[in-house]
Amino acid sequence: MADEAAGPREPILEVRALVKHFPLTQGILFKRQVGAVKAVDDISFTLHRGETLGIVGESGCGKSTVAKLLMNLEQPTAGEILYKGEDISKLSGRALKAVRRNIQMVFQDPYTSLNPRMTVGDIIGEPFEIHPEAAPKGDRRRKVQELLDVVGLNPEYINRYPHQFSGGQRQRIGIARGLALNPEVIICDEPVSALDVSVQAQVINLMERLQNEYDLAYLFIAHDLSIVRHISDRVGVMYLGKLAEIGTDTEIYDHPTHPYTQALLSAVPQPDPEGRDTRERIILTGDVPSPANPPSGCRFRTRCWKAQDKCAEEVPLLAVPERFKDSDTGARHDSACHFAEDKDIVHA
Amino acid sequence: MSIEMTKADVPGVPLLEVRDLHVEFRTREGQAKAVNGVSYTVDAGETLAVLGESGSGKSVTAQTIMGILDMPPGRITGGEILFRGEDMLKMPEDQRRRVRGDKIAMIFQDALSSLNPVLSVGYQLGEMFRVHRGMSRKEAKAKSVELMDRVRIPAAKERVNDYPHQFSGGMRQRIMIAMALALEPDVIIADEPTTALDVTVQAQVMDLLSELQRDFNMGLILITHDLGVVADVADKIAVMYAGRIVEHAPVHELYKRPAHPYTKGLLDSIPRLDHKGKELYAIKGLPPSLTAVPSGCAFNPRCAMARDVCRTEVPPLAEVTERDGSPLGGRTSACHFWKETIHG
Repeated sequence: MADEAAGPREPILEVRALVKHFPLTQGILFKRQVGAVKAVDDISFTLHRGETLGIVGESGCGKSTVAKLLMNLEQPTAGEILYKGEDISKLSGRALKAVRRNIQMVFQDPYTSLNPRMTVGDIIGEPFEIHPEAAPKGDRRRKVQELLDVVGLNPEYINRYPHQFSGGQRQRIGIARGLALNPEVIICDEPVSALDVSVQAQVINLMERLQNEYDLAYLFIAHDLSIVRHISDRVGVMYLGKLAEIGTDTEIYDHPTHPYTQALLSAVPQPDPEGRDTRERIILTGDVPSPANPPSGCRFRTRCWKAQDKCAEEVPLLAVPERFKDSDTGARHDSACHFAEDKDIVHA
Repeated sequence: MSIEMTKADVPGVPLLEVRDLHVEFRTREGQAKAVNGVSYTVDAGETLAVLGESGSGKSVTAQTIMGILDMPPGRITGGEILFRGEDMLKMPEDQRRRVRGDKIAMIFQDALSSLNPVLSVGYQLGEMFRVHRGMSRKEAKAKSVELMDRVRIPAAKERVNDYPHQFSGGMRQRIMIAMALALEPDVIIADEPTTALDVTVQAQVMDLLSELQRDFNMGLILITHDLGVVADVADKIAVMYAGRIVEHAPVHELYKRPAHPYTKGLLDSIPRLDHKGKELYAIKGLPPSLTAVPSGCAFNPRCAMARDVCRTEVPPLAEVTERDGSPLGGRTSACHFWKETIHG
């Protein structure tokens, strides 16, 4: 975790006005585009060295597309992804390969993200095949055993297959593979949501320990708001391809100003039956609209209880709301709402 | 007790009772004791949460009650399942079917794979009325629309002929709830009903479920691994570990003062929404394989309090009392050292 007193450290990954539209086509031979799924629509954020940025949102909000774009597994429709000042979305060949060494990924499902026919040693050692300069050939086995040790697995398991491990152990293997090339950034897409409760804490603790040890920056994508608060230094809330609100964990959780964040927080079932009947709950109506045809103006307005005419006409910008510009509370952070209001949900 | 089903509540007899149930599975590694002496009850209007990790036996117990356990490889090796005092496992097949079809209904986690993709939802809902109530197609369809309205599916009349894939995840789960409610059962078993849903939709669906439970005065068995969902709706909780109930308590009591180290560990290991907190407490190790459950207390290799007796003797589900021995609302804990756990 970044030293809070020292303020944010140098940016390592900068996303500027990132857009990803997936075309919808019709016709068999002559495909014409009839529309687009606006999966990611104008998103900007910065990830600093050694910090964890959490991204939360419901399914279909575009958070996994962001991960794919950052990994250069998808080409953005527009916008820039700067790694140490260089736009990686325009790189190819050798230059791209060099950058990729430094940005690795840990996937959600430890059951499908490990090849069942490869041994653990081959899985964790595979990055060295692609980047031979990272470890000389004779040295690889020892390196893999070191990595197993680092993630808390017995180094003697190197010749075992994935099916011989439990879910939590498999996720450790996935993390070891992510660490193999000594990256600076790890993108974690729902890394613990497939794990049992008693195992989740082990993996979260491991990830925090590794972050301190190797000075890693995490982009931590998840739908579980409690876990995101625990691990993140800053949190961004996504809705239908856009960031609704972004700030430090205290700003977002103790002073949410966007109605969507407030609804999201109030919907989280709290592991404490005291006051369950008196807690104020915002129950949203309806489902998330289709990203192929998002509402005009503010995308949340169709489910928002505060929506007025202005919300249909004007897209709210992600900025510190005017009324909180001089505030000295946590409400002073970026929020894309015309009628932003500071409201403590989780302590009420 | 008469063989015929009694409609009214029999005083002193719980609506549904599972008594010392044992279920085994034959696997390549040997006999797996998936359910190893589980007992619980649920009454009308009451919500019992069964909490446990994967492999704890919580779903197998439910499947046994519903009679949808795959046999083989599964085998019921002992115990009773009493509905209004009558053992369903000893009933003749046709009577058992009547009870299970009419009086007990189940909601599954994955609504998409529980619905038939090539039949309209109206047809599938209507099937309940055609098969069990002998209604005509037309009557059944009208009933389906009524039910879809009841679970607040917008424009039910227009959507009754739509197919499952045309609905969102939350709407599909509402259809599953509608299907479970169709015959106005006395007990609903919901197996992880909201696990696959987003948090805002989860809140909608849980709200709906508790409201309907209240309106129809049903008993609800909620099977889940989510301590948050449990805290929100349950009246009492049974915590399962490796095929056994390790702790049973009213919901407020359990969260305030857990009496089993496993429950305590679970509560300590979940991150909080209202403050950041330091490093999480983590229960060490992994849940055991059911073919090789540790001797003595199944939790002993992961337990910080374990002593020699825990490795040799299976702790009985003992009554938990206050320090001075006064009762604690029928709480039980299967730990040799429950006194130390709850009273410190």
